[in-house]
Amino acid sequence: MRTDVSKINERSSHTGLTEGLMVFAGGTAEQFPTGEWRTMTPVIDWVKCKQCLLCAPVCPDSSIPVEDGKRGEFDLDHCKGCGICVKSCPFDAIVMKEGR
Amino acid sequence: MEGTIEIRWHGRGGQGAKTAALLLADVAFKTGAYVQGFPEYGPERMGAPITAYNRLSDHLIRIHSNIYDPDLVMVLDETLLFAVDVTAGLKTEGTIVINTKQTADEVRGSLNGYEGKVLAFDACKISIDTLGKNFPNSPMLAAAVAVTGVMDRYRFLEEMKASYQHKFARKPEVIEGNMKALEISYDTIAKLMEQR
Amino acid sequence: MSIRDRMSGNEAVSYAIRQVNPDVFPAFPITPSTEIPQMVSAYISNGEMDTEFIPVESEHSSMSATIGAAAAGARAMTATSSAGLALMWEELLLAASNRMPCVLALVNRTLSGPININCDHSDGMGARDTGWIQIYAENNQEAYDNYLQAFPIAEDERVHLPVMICQDGFITSHAVENIELLDDAVVRDFVGEYHPEEYLLNPGKPIAVGPYAVSNYGMEARKNQAIAMERSAEVILGVAKRFEKISGRSYGFFEEYRTGDADVVMVIMGSAAGTAKAACDMLRGRGRKAGVLKLRVFRPFPGREIAEALSHCRAVAILDRTESYNANGGPLGCEIMAAMYKKKLRVEATNYIYGLAGRDFTVEDAAAVFEEQFDCIENGKELEQYRYIGLR
Repeated sequence: MRTDVSKINERSSHTGLTEGLMVFAGGTAEQFPTGEWRTMTPVIDWVKCKQCLLCAPVCPDSSIPVEDGKRGEFDLDHCKGCGICVKSCPFDAIVMKEGR
Repeated sequence: MEGTIEIRWHGRGGQGAKTAALLLADVAFKTGAYVQGFPEYGPERMGAPITAYNRLSDHLIRIHSNIYDPDLVMVLDETLLFAVDVTAGLKTEGTIVINTKQTADEVRGSLNGYEGKVLAFDACKISIDTLGKNFPNSPMLAAAVAVTGVMDRYRFLEEMKASYQHKFARKPEVIEGNMKALEISYDTIAKLMEQR
Repeated sequence: MSIRDRMSGNEAVSYAIRQVNPDVFPAFPITPSTEIPQMVSAYISNGEMDTEFIPVESEHSSMSATIGAAAAGARAMTATSSAGLALMWEELLLAASNRMPCVLALVNRTLSGPININCDHSDGMGARDTGWIQIYAENNQEAYDNYLQAFPIAEDERVHLPVMICQDGFITSHAVENIELLDDAVVRDFVGEYHPEEYLLNPGKPIAVGPYAVSNYGMEARKNQAIAMERSAEVILGVAKRFEKISGRSYGFFEEYRTGDADVVMVIMGSAAGTAKAACDMLRGRGRKAGVLKLRVFRPFPGREIAEALSHCRAVAILDRTESYNANGGPLGCEIMAAMYKKKLRVEATNYIYGLAGRDFTVEDAAAVFEEQFDCIENGKELEQYRYIGLR
């Protein structure tokens, strides 16, 4: 019964939808590039960044990947540009710039 | 049992009229009969007049309504005679059993001119003498069994003994009193029926 | 094979719950269904079943917890009446739209007001469009039998919908009657183990339940739910067939009592159907061809089958134990008349409202309805199409 969300879209017939619209799969949000909604884009200054990792857990879109104890570049396919990371950074390492 | 017997119980909340009706259904059930035992529900309060019913039959009972033309009426509390029309719809060839200190002839005056059989006995006294407490429902149950003849005396007492042994497993001291209450009541009613 | 016993309707359903031994039973007490969680908790305390009983703080919570448990992969159920069902309203719709195969033992009691604890069908009928399968019982036996069939219907992959098993408050819930019970092992085998294919507490196979649906999806989701309700009809019949094999008792969408050659048929649901059958026998004794169609399955509504069953009679009396306040008729009246119209059936039909707030419905009441209908077809007596029985 596993769901392939790539086969479901706003033109799908009712016969192509799942029971109760349940999603029988995990992490399917990845397949939706919500980054295109963004009007402001976060930019990180790697010199100022101390890798304190306070920004990663507050990101509502899980767009700050962490690997081996270090954060990496923003996942701009999913970042909606909310700016919460900017507020959370004690070192002013992140700024928002106009546009995508 | 042949045909269907319909019984209406009148009591006051807390006296055990519903329990008596359910126990009578139990007794009849054990003889292979089809039974119904049900109370008429309203806001429940101690002391308020309550009604319970029995249908006992040799065939499947389909009707799910109250009983308006009973063959037998059981009155657990004589003060109800002035509050409730206990003989309403009671068949002339039927019977009314009343827990009272009065005799049948004395109590008949309070029965709206009912002309059928009236059996009066002091269930309260029997209960107090045997149990030390006023629980008129056991004596009234025995009376109902004696009047309807749903089960013979010997088997009735045996069944009730087994039932009490189960029910009062933790206080077996009350079993003997309850059994005594049943015996005396059954015999009192049987005697009253012979006299008439 | 079967065990002869006597018990009340609440005892019968509790006994069935013990035999089915569901995984989770959240409940909040309300008259006249209180005895069900009470008796089931006693079974649990006595070690006769191992259901997880959750004493919640309201019916809103009991239905929420039932849905949550079902989504997690458990066989879940609850019980309620009247205002309790009303407080579950929001969750009833969610149980159905999230396609949760849970079960609700409903002991029908009127909805306020005026406040009253006695039986009518306003609670169940009020929930008629919540997407639940609804099955009504005439007596304790049927309440027991219907409960045993509930999970097999709900859990069938063609259905995956919640099932409401209804019985009349006090009239059957608190009345002791004869009953034929099945062996525990037979029931366990009939109901089977519950192994959902997908569920929340399934490591490595995550799912999302109850997601938001924008307009582009909401209509299609509802259509799928409606299709499941339509498909449940064949499943209900299939489960009934299987149940007949273990019990000898046969069930369908409805029971036809002496309708074969009947001129007048009374359509009725619940405990009053037995009373109607007694009146039917009385009328037959007077040489009147009367019949009773007792509706068992109200959702899905077997409109086509009912219209077919009524196509040979001359007049139909449709009895509703609820007032719809629509100035047009009760739910049974409206749906059956619509079904008759679809079949282009021209049969006299009258909708009666009876038994509201516990008003007693007697054999004489039912017989008077039959006589009135005969007066209509024989002497052309004009009848109001929507009227009350026993109104002062």
